Amino acid sequence: MTTFLRNLWQNLMGGGRRETPEVAALVTDRPRHAPGPAVDIAPNDPIVAYFQTASGAVEIDKLELNSPGLRALKTAGVKLAVPLVSQGELIGLLNLGPRLSEQDYSADDRALLSNLATQAGPAVRVAQLVRQQQIEAQARERLEEQLRVARLIQQTLLPKSMPDLPGWSISGYYQPARAVGGDFYDFLYLADGRLGLVIGDVTDKGVPAALVMATTRAIIRGTAVQFDRPGLVLERANELLVPDIPRNMFVTCLYAILDPATGRLVYANAGHDLPYRHHATGADELRATGMPLGLLPGMGYEERETMVRPGEIVAFYTDGLVEAHNPTRDMFSFGRLQKLMAAYAGTGAALVQFLLNELTAFTGPDWEQEDDVTLVTLERAATPPVDPDVATKWETLATFSWSSEPGNERLAMAQVAEVVTAEHLSPARLERLKTGVAEATMNAMEHGNKFQPEVPVDFVVLASPRALAVRITDYGGGQAIPEAQTPDIEAKLAGEQTPRGWGLFLIEKMVDEVRVTAGAGTHTIELIMYREGETHGNQGA
Amino acid sequence: MATKALEAAVRQQGRTAVIDLRGDIDSFGEVALNAAYAEAERRDAPAVLLNFAQVEYINSTGIALIVALLARARKSGRRLLTTGLSSHYVEIFTITRLADFMHIYPDEAAALAQA
Repeated sequence: MTTFLRNLWQNLMGGGRRETPEVAALVTDRPRHAPGPAVDIAPNDPIVAYFQTASGAVEIDKLELNSPGLRALKTAGVKLAVPLVSQGELIGLLNLGPRLSEQDYSADDRALLSNLATQAGPAVRVAQLVRQQQIEAQARERLEEQLRVARLIQQTLLPKSMPDLPGWSISGYYQPARAVGGDFYDFLYLADGRLGLVIGDVTDKGVPAALVMATTRAIIRGTAVQFDRPGLVLERANELLVPDIPRNMFVTCLYAILDPATGRLVYANAGHDLPYRHHATGADELRATGMPLGLLPGMGYEERETMVRPGEIVAFYTDGLVEAHNPTRDMFSFGRLQKLMAAYAGTGAALVQFLLNELTAFTGPDWEQEDDVTLVTLERAATPPVDPDVATKWETLATFSWSSEPGNERLAMAQVAEVVTAEHLSPARLERLKTGVAEATMNAMEHGNKFQPEVPVDFVVLASPRALAVRITDYGGGQAIPEAQTPDIEAKLAGEQTPRGWGLFLIEKMVDEVRVTAGAGTHTIELIMYREGETHGNQGA
Repeated sequence: MATKALEAAVRQQGRTAVIDLRGDIDSFGEVALNAAYAEAERRDAPAVLLNFAQVEYINSTGIALIVALLARARKSGRRLLTTGLSSHYVEIFTITRLADFMHIYPDEAAALAQA
């Protein structure tokens, strides 16, 4: 062949992407001259249809067509264009400039070029497909690598072991989705033996979510040692995150501090799913309000507290559980989780597997997990461990009884106050104990003994080196002492609920610990008040 | 009887009706408290100040009576204010969230200035 090939390759596939030099080299066979200028031809240019149906080489100068592509070819000095067609699809053009001899292309030249195009077309197509697959494979590899990094970050930062607290059982579970979300949980070992528990979920997936998760975890770890209160920790964490978090990302997070000695759980919530507490008669939500972290500066976080009683289990979780879908696109839902928690009758450790089994039963075996699933359960043993040291140190200060007549709670309260005069409770804490005793006595007289005057309410006042306890027993066989609920004052003010119902709530708030036991026809409520600076140890008297 | 029966007297201070409470606020105090509030309503006072300075004991039934008064006041567009609460009962009003709905003033002068 006497002409040289100008490697003006136009890839007409995929909206006019230029073919890569490697592919061009397959057919250009080392050009002796530098390539001519590239020509862009839009996929909807009329010349594309023309080339697609042309048989053999096309003499560009002789073509008359209102086509920007044709004008571009002429401007580039192309004399002959040989369409490369594979399976009816135009995949490229072999463009030739003038012959070096300055003579026209002969019929033989054109026949040779047509022959070449017939063979080159499919070969170029194969090369294009191979190249395309290589690019896709590289993209997949990059994605897999990113997911591997994200998974590594998360798994490295999740707790390696569960806290070992006498009288408590704590379990954690984390199953990343294929695309790896930003779920995390963490345990912080705080001063005085208290345990910080964090669970969170970063919006987005992959490496960005993993990095924000790692940052949030570090910020909370740092902040939790500065502040004693979960609300303040979240407030500070939010301030630190807001300037650094990428736009459109935020973190839902719940932070709780457990005092294992008493079961007191203080918590604050930055927009995270509400934990459920399984108790003797059902399951309730642990509510607290607050905006997710990283959205807006200057946010405050409501702080709430509750008591986790012996036998109760609190389940913390992320939306990967409640927002899982079944094949008919129904969601697992909060309602289903609450019902399952209410009906559950096993241990805290087994609760994780129980819920996962329920999830599998709901989603079916072919479920492609949409989001990370994280679960943390916190169970207080039904029978507190016996600490003989503490148990033997309780001393009875006084025992007395009052009949079940309205107003006697005032006398019982005064008598308890007198008995503990020498016990050095601060005035504020003494007032709290007095209110607790008065309310518990009223409940015993009214609900336990149904105001039958002849049925007594018994009192035992005890002291240990670390705490005071008042045990109040009724004998009337009345209703059991229920769980304290936080009264809904808005509903009461709106007339939707009775204005009453404050007693148990006040008792819970006034004293450090409340224990309830029942015998044959009797109920005992034990109010425990720590001495100043004492918040530890099994204080049950 | 250990309880100190509640006495509640109403006096007018400008447009504010002040209810001076003396004794215990519990189930025995319901009649006196409601009668005093009804008297304040008759005077058509836009603000009613509950003065707890002479109250030593408020139990959960007493809290319920105050919640009921507050509901009644809100329904008729009256402001209910408090003063004279001991620090213990300020704490209880805070815990029960009564303090979110009725302002607690350190003394009567401050309450009247804001009423």
